[in-house]
Amino acid sequence: MRSRVPWLLVVPAVLGMAFLVLPLAGLLVRAPWSTLPQRLSEPQVLEALRLSLVTASVATAVCLVLGVPLAWLLARTDFPGRRLLRALVTVPLVLPPVVGGVALLLVLGRRGLVGQWLESAFGFSLPFTTAGVVVAEAFVAMPFLVIAVEGALRAADVRYEEAAATLGASRFTVFRRVTLPLVAPGVLAGAVLCWARALGEFGATITFAGNFPGRTQTMPLAVYLALETEPEAAIVLSLVLLAVSVLILVALRDRWVGAAA
Amino acid sequence: MTLRARIVVRRPAFRLDLDLTVGRGEVVTLLGPNGAGKTTALRALAGLIPLTEGSIELDGVRIEREPAERRPVGVVFQDYLLFPHLSALDNVAFGPRCQGRSKAEARLRARELLDRMGLAEFSSVRPHRLSGGQAQRVALARALAVEPRLLLLDEPLAALDAHTRLEIRSELRRRLTGFDGATVLVTHDPLDAMVLADRLVVVEDGAVVQEGTPAEIARRPRTDYVARLVGLNLFRGEGDGDRVTVGDLAFAAGERVSGPAFVAFAPRAVALYRTRPDGSPRNLWEGRIDGIERHGDHIRVHVDGPVPVAADVTPAAVAELDLTPGRRIWVSVKATETHAYPA
Repeated sequence: MRSRVPWLLVVPAVLGMAFLVLPLAGLLVRAPWSTLPQRLSEPQVLEALRLSLVTASVATAVCLVLGVPLAWLLARTDFPGRRLLRALVTVPLVLPPVVGGVALLLVLGRRGLVGQWLESAFGFSLPFTTAGVVVAEAFVAMPFLVIAVEGALRAADVRYEEAAATLGASRFTVFRRVTLPLVAPGVLAGAVLCWARALGEFGATITFAGNFPGRTQTMPLAVYLALETEPEAAIVLSLVLLAVSVLILVALRDRWVGAAA
Repeated sequence: MTLRARIVVRRPAFRLDLDLTVGRGEVVTLLGPNGAGKTTALRALAGLIPLTEGSIELDGVRIEREPAERRPVGVVFQDYLLFPHLSALDNVAFGPRCQGRSKAEARLRARELLDRMGLAEFSSVRPHRLSGGQAQRVALARALAVEPRLLLLDEPLAALDAHTRLEIRSELRRRLTGFDGATVLVTHDPLDAMVLADRLVVVEDGAVVQEGTPAEIARRPRTDYVARLVGLNLFRGEGDGDRVTVGDLAFAAGERVSGPAFVAFAPRAVALYRTRPDGSPRNLWEGRIDGIERHGDHIRVHVDGPVPVAADVTPAAVAELDLTPGRRIWVSVKATETHAYPA
């Protein structure tokens, strides 16, 4: 028979679990359930929700278009500095988002290295616009997609790609007709993760895009702002984000949560 | 000649160096133990790994610098590697599509090929629902769909169970006969090699050790590996006309040979005696029984002595002679069934 589980491990484990679960429970307990429908239909809430969904989706699309090829490059080719590049790509994963926002301002801001040129050449400026929100979200979320897709590519059997090559497929055709379909589940999982990260983005967004209702004020920003003026509205907005997170977990349960079981 | 190649691939602790010529419509089989470099040679021909040295000439055109997708080569891979997300039809149509044909044209060609393989009703089926034999035929159809001048098959029967193997082997033989380009097939199974090949090339440790028709190879093996495959006793010695001296033994053989020579005989040409037989039979020596095992409908006796031999005897003889491991026994081989040939 197995010996008893040592309480020196059980007690911290239970405390840890409580620490993770209680705040969420608190959110549910304190939620103004009676006024919830009314709160949710307030124009400001709807506006923030719409903006969040749109920007997170566009940011995910941007990440897919740029990130999948980047993941392919990292997984399927060998060039000097590949490992360094891979490390650089993952920096935004660990970088405090607010630092990312500052960095974006320095490059894409009106006086920034690229932003200056954008402004003079096209009269186009990113900071404090909805497009800026997308840029900030994509910057923070893309590493999630790249890492997920690169992992899927490395796990995929390259012999299928060799078979395609012997059938006359160019490398791009191999990618489009064989590699991509084979790693589609990985790409989908990466995209969902990326979208979730973009949806929750706060630091880089408020730094780079500011906090203008209807233009750059996404859900997390609205939550933060509402907390000072209308705590109940903050709770409602938080509930919405919590619901979205749970939905994502359910959607990915086989890939991520179930994987370890 | 359709294919003329010198394949040199160097890796740390491994070197593959072989010359290969394959005629139009000819099926050449690379036979060898695992790790001999057969698959490496095939991958080099397909363009999946670069040559360290050498050249590949197909129909008079040098192709060793062309990437895989530009070589007129079709490959049937070991596990077939049918694209799991495409139907059988689209697997076969993949090549023609890549060659720039329209979708309709490519599918038409794929349908023709599947028809010819007797797989018409499986065209919309995904690979995981095909049996091993069906998958192999789809893989062959897919490789032929690009109209290759060189067809490569890597262990095409290894993924099949023994039951279906026999039938599929002869069917594959028939289909390969219908292909007019050069065919190179890789296998470690001697039976597959014998049935499928017009010519055998035996590869050991990255080099060709023997080459010839299956019948030649089966009669005159030149390495222990080949001898074991074809089930012959093989010794290397020195010939002086009538006899071949192997260690302390002098073998009389059916052929005259001088200089370094091989002596080969079948286990069933070996006779065993409990006491020294009367008269003076040639090729006689005394040994010790090393092991006894069942081998089909007869018994194979391994006898250690001046040379280690395998002898096939009937179960009745085993009882009669009271053959047990460790027993001393007299061994003789008929000169008429002993073959000698230059080494």
